[in-house]
This record gives sequence, structure tokens and C-alpha cells, in this order.
Amino acid sequence: MNFDRIREKLNILADAAKYDVSCASSGSDRSNQKKGLGNASKMGICHTYTADGRCVSLLKILLTNHCIFDCAYCVTRKSNDVPRAAFKVQEVVDLTINFYRRNYIEGLFLSSGIFKSPDHTMERLVAVAKKLREEENFNGYIHLKSIPGASDELMYEAGLYADRLSVNIEVPTVSGLKLLAPDKKHEDFTKPMEKVKNEIIRYSAEQKIIKSTPKYAPAGQSTQMIVGASGESDKDIMYSATYYYKTFNMKRVYYSGYVPVTHDSRLPAIGSQVPMLRENRLYQTDWLLRFYDFSVGELLNNQHPNLDMDVDPKLSWALRNLHHFPVDVNAADKRLLARIPGIGMQSVHKILKARKFRKLNWDHLKKIGVALNRAQYFMVCDSRLWERRDMDAEKIKGMILQSSSGKFRNQYSAQLSLFNQQ
Amino acid sequence: MNVSTTLVYDGSFNGFLTSVFVTFDEKIKVADIQKNNRSQNGLFSEIETVFTNVEKAKRVWNGIRNKSYNAISNVYFAFLSEKDGVEMMLYTYIQKLMRIKNGKHLDYSDSTILYIAQLAKKVGREKHRMEAFVRFQLTKDEIYFANIEPDFDVLPLISKHFRDRYADQKWLIYDVKRKYGIYYDLNHVEMVSLDLKDIHHNRTLKSDAFTEAEHEYQTLWNDYFKSTNIASRINPKLHKQHVPKRYWKYLSEKKEAV
Repeated sequence: MNFDRIREKLNILADAAKYDVSCASSGSDRSNQKKGLGNASKMGICHTYTADGRCVSLLKILLTNHCIFDCAYCVTRKSNDVPRAAFKVQEVVDLTINFYRRNYIEGLFLSSGIFKSPDHTMERLVAVAKKLREEENFNGYIHLKSIPGASDELMYEAGLYADRLSVNIEVPTVSGLKLLAPDKKHEDFTKPMEKVKNEIIRYSAEQKIIKSTPKYAPAGQSTQMIVGASGESDKDIMYSATYYYKTFNMKRVYYSGYVPVTHDSRLPAIGSQVPMLRENRLYQTDWLLRFYDFSVGELLNNQHPNLDMDVDPKLSWALRNLHHFPVDVNAADKRLLARIPGIGMQSVHKILKARKFRKLNWDHLKKIGVALNRAQYFMVCDSRLWERRDMDAEKIKGMILQSSSGKFRNQYSAQLSLFNQQ
Repeated sequence: MNVSTTLVYDGSFNGFLTSVFVTFDEKIKVADIQKNNRSQNGLFSEIETVFTNVEKAKRVWNGIRNKSYNAISNVYFAFLSEKDGVEMMLYTYIQKLMRIKNGKHLDYSDSTILYIAQLAKKVGREKHRMEAFVRFQLTKDEIYFANIEPDFDVLPLISKHFRDRYADQKWLIYDVKRKYGIYYDLNHVEMVSLDLKDIHHNRTLKSDAFTEAEHEYQTLWNDYFKSTNIASRINPKLHKQHVPKRYWKYLSEKKEAV
């Protein structure tokens, strides 16, 4: 193996792949077969974290960064003047196996620029996965990118070897897509998703009857949207995320704050700040929808098309709906408990267990891990001390902000700083 | 007057469970349960040495497990934390567990139960970290070798994970702090105690013990680690939170930072 050449390629092709946020290795349950190599653990493992604090769990690379498309937001688009490279199938296989054996990674995340045609590209991706599974007896995690416009036959084959498949929708609105990626059609994205979804349903139905049915994309599908590139509102983003969760049974939708990579009048200029806080608020909303039994219309609607930047989405919902509160922690049902700001699902479960033994007071709740600085305004417990003042939403918000700190605070604080710290 | 007794056991988990058995069996009023290398006399208590008995230990293990699967794993995990005084906390925990009918419903507002649950959680976190942070290096005699230095004694907990995953390669994980390791010889995992003088920290220099390709792959991994970082999102605080500095010396991608 020529290590110097591989090194050059790896640098180019890992660098180009890093804008894909997904690095999940969870949700699959492939076990080690015939004393081969590897397995996929259900919970996933992050083997290290980059200096920007993101998890590194998979070897995330492009097969090639040659591309026939010209999407404005993408660093490997054809009109961009960057060094190009391409891996051979065997080279990717060797890298994956050797990294895996040293416990560096959970598996492979393989994406690619589109060379010649979508089918031609997809075929190569599938070839890598097939080789890993069949020749190397590799049972680790494989995440393959579905190339927009790839044929149903190839998508079917991909699911047989991969744990997860994903198509990045990138631009949440159809109009934005037309503006930024004129070569791609909306159907190109949804067609592979549809195919994979149907196959997953079919396979899991067969599995119930015939136990030896092989696995088909056991970790499901995911997609990604860029935030802050085409002027869409939080409502646009979350409504289309909800659409993808419902229509295509997505396991995850990722939100990626747009990192300016090119000079283009349609996009934010190079050097403008990455909208990390906004990204964070979107993820919080996503969690509320998936685990806290909120519906998207409660959090975002025509009156509130954007999320509050200074408080989290749950608190902001609670402030708009003060008539639901205060909630009695010793009596309320699970769904209502989960809606109190400052109480997460972990605390909810502990509260439900603990209150079978005794009525809970502030001390108990604090030990359990409830964020009382927020929760105290929205709940009562077994104590005579509780918030009796009749305060309006603005007042409560002010008190909470005063008693807490946040790392993004300087980005939205209305208060002038006495000394210029920038 | 009923004199309380300090039980001294050999430091093993089975030894601890035997002590618990003895206290229940002989209805002893316990002052403390101590490891034999760290035992200290109490002013008003007698000392009794407990000899490990696997049969007795097993009965306690089954007793706890029949109450709740969660409880037995909490007990084992918390024990491996090696915290001072954990034995007495566990003893109280087991007493409380035995008193209730259904072990599934533990009272999280009770301080002992919460403490053990949180301690077990910490050990679980360390176990998970070690599954992530082990970095194998291929030696010339075809063994994948790794050093670790975990806060808690998690080697017994991670051996299944590595046995299931790396079924077709020989490997050895060595705990530098506790001076023993687990070795897999393609058939089963065994504990080996050895005193390695030459600890293979990360070095930028090549070492003779490892294969030629080993160094190259470490370089590739380092390169990959660097190029996957997005510079405009840099966040060193978050990075250190996820990869605490005490683990850096065995992580090949942090070679240059150490």
C-alpha cells in the first residue's frame, strides 16, 4: 500500500466530507457472525471528538469529490477550484478494516460526489459495502449515502449491505432548491427515500413470519438540512422535518448551521458567523417533537414562525401558555410533567418512581436533577413555599434569565456591556 | 450488649458478597466491611475475617437478581468504583432492597439508593468511555495491544464487548494503574497479571515493538482526525468535556497535543 498517496487522498476526501453532520452509529444491532470482524452496538460509540466538539464515530469520507453538479452551497461543486481525488474501492476497504481493528471507529460513512451519472456512482458505493460484508466478513456499521436520482434496483441492493441510508435534502424549501441547486429536482431526493422506506416495511413484515430474513437497513434512514443558507424560517424547517419524519419514517433529521465555503451572491458571505445557536434551538425543538409529545404546531405557527433565541423552546412555549401551570408534580401525569420547563425525560421517570413512596418536595427534586431555576415558576410540590406572586410571562422570563447564564448570551443580550470585551 | 463487628474480606466481589451472606446468616451487627489491605480497627468493634466462598456469594447474587436485574448490575458496577466506604453503602442498599416486595420500584428519594444508582452510572460511563478510547497498536507478534488507565476498575465490564467485536484477532488490554490485563487468544478471554515496565505511551517516535504499518496507520488516523474538524466552529471547552485531558496520553490522535 502506498501510504503517501493514500494520505493525500484521505486529506482531500475527509475534508470534503466533514460538512455532513450525521455521525450516528446507533440504532443497528448487527452481531458478529462466524467469528468475523466487528459488530454494531445498539447504542453506538463515539470514539473521539474533534476540536469543534463533534463526535467521531465513523470513518466519514467521500469516494470522490469529482462532481457533475453545481449546487451553490456545496464545497465540491463543479465550478469550485479545489484539488480533486478519488479512492479505489479496495483502498476504502483497507482503510476501514485497519482503522476498525485498532478500535478507532465504529464503521464507515461513505458519501460521494456524483461522477458520470447517479447510477454509476451509487454502484461504486454499493460495491464497497458488498466487499466489506462478503469478502472481509465485516459486521461493523456502514452508512451509505443514497445518491439523488439513483435507480430503485441499486437502492434495494444498498439496503442489503448498509445499516443506514441517507439522502441529504439540504434545502428545506422547494423554491430554495431551485435557486441553489438548479440541476437537482425535488423528486430526485424523495424517490430513493420512498424505495428504501417501502423495502424496510416489507422486510420487517417478512421477518415476523420467517425469522431468517436478512436485515435490510436496520438503522433506517436519515436526512440533513442546511440552516441559514436560503433565508427560510424556523417554521419552514421544522414543518418539513416533520414531513420527512412522518412520510418516510426517518430515524433522524439533522440540522447543519451553514458554514460559508464559497463566494456566491445567493449565499451568506465567507466569514459570516455560523448560526450555531439557531441550530441548537432547532435540535431542542426536534427533541421536544420526538420525545416530549409536543406537536409542531404548538411550538411554531404563523404567530410564532421563529424560535426564541434567548430561551429554549419548551420554556418559550410554557411562557405563552401560562394557563396550564402551575402543575402539581405529585399528581400530574407523565405527559404534563414532561412539559414543565427544567424537567427532562430522565427526571420525569425518576419522579414517577419516587412519588410512589412519598410526596416530593424541593429537596428531592433538586437531588433528582431538576433545573429548579426554571421549574420553580411552573410547579408546586409538597412544600408550603411556592411561587405565589401573580407574574406575567415577561416577568418570569426576566427572573429566569437573571438567575442563569448561557454561553451564547452575549450574542443576543440587550444589555450594553460596560467594557468592550470583543 | 450486642457488640458490632467489622468484617474483613479479600477485596474481590465474591468476597464482598460472602461478607453480606455472613451478616445475614449470623445476624451480625455490622460496623464496617473492609478490604484486607485497607482494614482499620474500630475502637468498639470486633474483627472477623471472611473467607471467600463462591457458593455463598452466588446465593446473595441470585437473591439480589431475583429482586431486580437492575439492582444486581447497580451493585456490581458500584462495587467496581473502588470508592472508600462503598461496601457499607452497598450493604445498606441490599438491606433496603430485601425489605421491599418488588425490586423494580426503587425509591429514588432515598439517599442510599440514589447514591448507588449515581455511582453505578459513573462506572457505566467509564466503561463506555473505555470501549471508545481503547487504541490498539499492532505488535510484531500479531497482537493488538492497548494501554488504559481508567478511573474505576472496568476491565471485567468491557471484556465481553471486545470479545464479541474482535473475534478474529488476538488482543491485550492492559490496565496500567491496576497492573493487570485481559488477553484474548482467539478462543477465550483470560485475565493476565503482568508488570510492564515499558509503558507504551503515545510517542511521535517509532517503536520497535510494533509493525511498520502501525506507525503509518496512526499517521493516517491523525490526519483524518485533523481534517474532519471544522475550524470556524472550534469549541475547545466542549472538546475537553467529551475527551477529558486525563485520557489523552493513550489516544493516538492526541499524540501531538500531549
